[in-house]
Amino acid sequence: MSGSSGEKTGAAVPWPAHEVSGRSNLWNYVFLLALAVFFLWSYWGSQVQLSLLFSREGGGQILAYIQKLFPPDLSGPVLREALQGAIETFAISLMGTLLSAAIALSVVFFASRNLIYSGLLYEMEPTLGWKRGLRLVPYLAAKGLLNLLRTVPEMLWALIFVFVVGLGPFAGVLALGVHTGGVLGKLFGEVLEDVDPQPVESLQSTGASKLQILLYGILPQVLPQFISYTLYRWEVNIRVAAILGFVGAGGLGQRIHIAISLFFENQLFTLIIAIYVLVTLVDYLSAYLRRKVT
Amino acid sequence: MRSPTLSRIPKSEKSLFSYLFALLFAVAFVDGWRRAEVNPLVFFDAENRGNLWKFISGMFPPDLSSDFLSLMIRPALETIQISVMGTIIAIAIGFPLGILGTRTFSIGGILNEADIQGSPLRRTWRFSAYFAARGLLSLFRSIPEFVWAFMFVRAVGLGPFSGVLAIAVAYGGMLGKVYSEIFEAANERPLEALQSTGASKLQVFIYGWFPQVLPNFVSYTLYRWECAVRASAVLGLVGAGGLGQQIEISMRMFNFHEVLTLLGILFVMVAAVDYISAKVRAML
Repeated sequence: MSGSSGEKTGAAVPWPAHEVSGRSNLWNYVFLLALAVFFLWSYWGSQVQLSLLFSREGGGQILAYIQKLFPPDLSGPVLREALQGAIETFAISLMGTLLSAAIALSVVFFASRNLIYSGLLYEMEPTLGWKRGLRLVPYLAAKGLLNLLRTVPEMLWALIFVFVVGLGPFAGVLALGVHTGGVLGKLFGEVLEDVDPQPVESLQSTGASKLQILLYGILPQVLPQFISYTLYRWEVNIRVAAILGFVGAGGLGQRIHIAISLFFENQLFTLIIAIYVLVTLVDYLSAYLRRKVT
Repeated sequence: MRSPTLSRIPKSEKSLFSYLFALLFAVAFVDGWRRAEVNPLVFFDAENRGNLWKFISGMFPPDLSSDFLSLMIRPALETIQISVMGTIIAIAIGFPLGILGTRTFSIGGILNEADIQGSPLRRTWRFSAYFAARGLLSLFRSIPEFVWAFMFVRAVGLGPFSGVLAIAVAYGGMLGKVYSEIFEAANERPLEALQSTGASKLQVFIYGWFPQVLPNFVSYTLYRWECAVRASAVLGLVGAGGLGQQIEISMRMFNFHEVLTLLGILFVMVAAVDYISAKVRAML
């Protein structure tokens, strides 16, 4: 790791291969051709009908739909419903993000190579002992768990949790928490592996225990980034929380689903405005907090 | 001399903010707990535990029969196709709007220095184009692709095309915003140099701007394509084709062993796309 930056500065940077030989020009054409075939294949397979979009009939259909959205239904009950949905969505995103941070924090220390497995903290130990092999187990388990959590999209987690704990916002909280837990775990892990080793080394040289090193050498370094990543994911989650209701997990999405299914286009427009306002507010709040933290 | 730094730490200001923030946070937390119906005890409830067990035990063994797998090839490929077409149309939407929404292109900057002087009409026209583009992009990206998909299903019917349109519009908004940020971050010196040689605006754009922004441009678009693959896998839940539709069907029929297979397919697909995209980005 430390050698790579030194190597680059000394030797002359090699000229990019494709600018030297003529053969690679051919390769470029092959690449472009393959790309074109790939696009055509996608065009054919996804049944895109741009002609439909610009034809009188199809375009008219879309225009008619847009016209039906106006004016937004701003009557009292609808507004109240929108407000309630927005608050519920906010609550789901907040609880979900907190749960995800808790999941990530409880797993990530096992999933960072330099904390659990190798590096400065373990220099003094024999390199190939059985202890080291033993530490590989929680490391791999934690990595695998984070991968699993991250791979399944929120909406599918929501489907699963609706089945397990029943309809309602809690299923949404769990879905957000579990998926985002995997994402944050990965991001936190990258921060941890990037930690500046100097404070860690100086703490170690004073005879600090591993826990003390973690508390005083590592956590102060990573905490601002942890918080800022969590806030960033919160911005993502507010958008997801707004649609989780489609599978029955509460919030604005549930009301949007109902409005679309029952052809209440004017109410739909009100709810869309509510999403817009909510998302914008959370973006501002999160940006403000991030500036405070860093 | 006294050390000047120590006495300057602003104590009172900081602590007021943090108390206020802690209070607000506590209120939001308690209220959120209640509203989101958070209830960790549900996992100790016999029925819910039974459900969880039914789900987990139902997943194994995954359905790997050739009948099922051969049926799933088509939706899996469709998911990729939707994401590719969606991203391409998103570029077509995001690029022009992104240019209009770039301050240094549309209302000021080197290109327009001479143009705007003493022409209030042109100025207002440019400003309105700028704000219209920004507003449109913001509208496109703040409505989630899921809602777009549902609306397009109503407008153009069930099937992958509505998924393509949903991704195109929502991602067009995101791409346009990021494109304009990339454009604004471009170094103006080459542009000025080109302009001083008498290059036309189009020439300045093609030879000064474009080469600077292209790598960022491609790499962000590829990143968005990765996201589009995940999104298009889920859009099927509202009937917009692809793998999501199959997952929902299997889930609703309680065929959990099929769900596991489908999740496996999704995992492989997403990993493959991530790998390809990372390779291409590394080549840039």
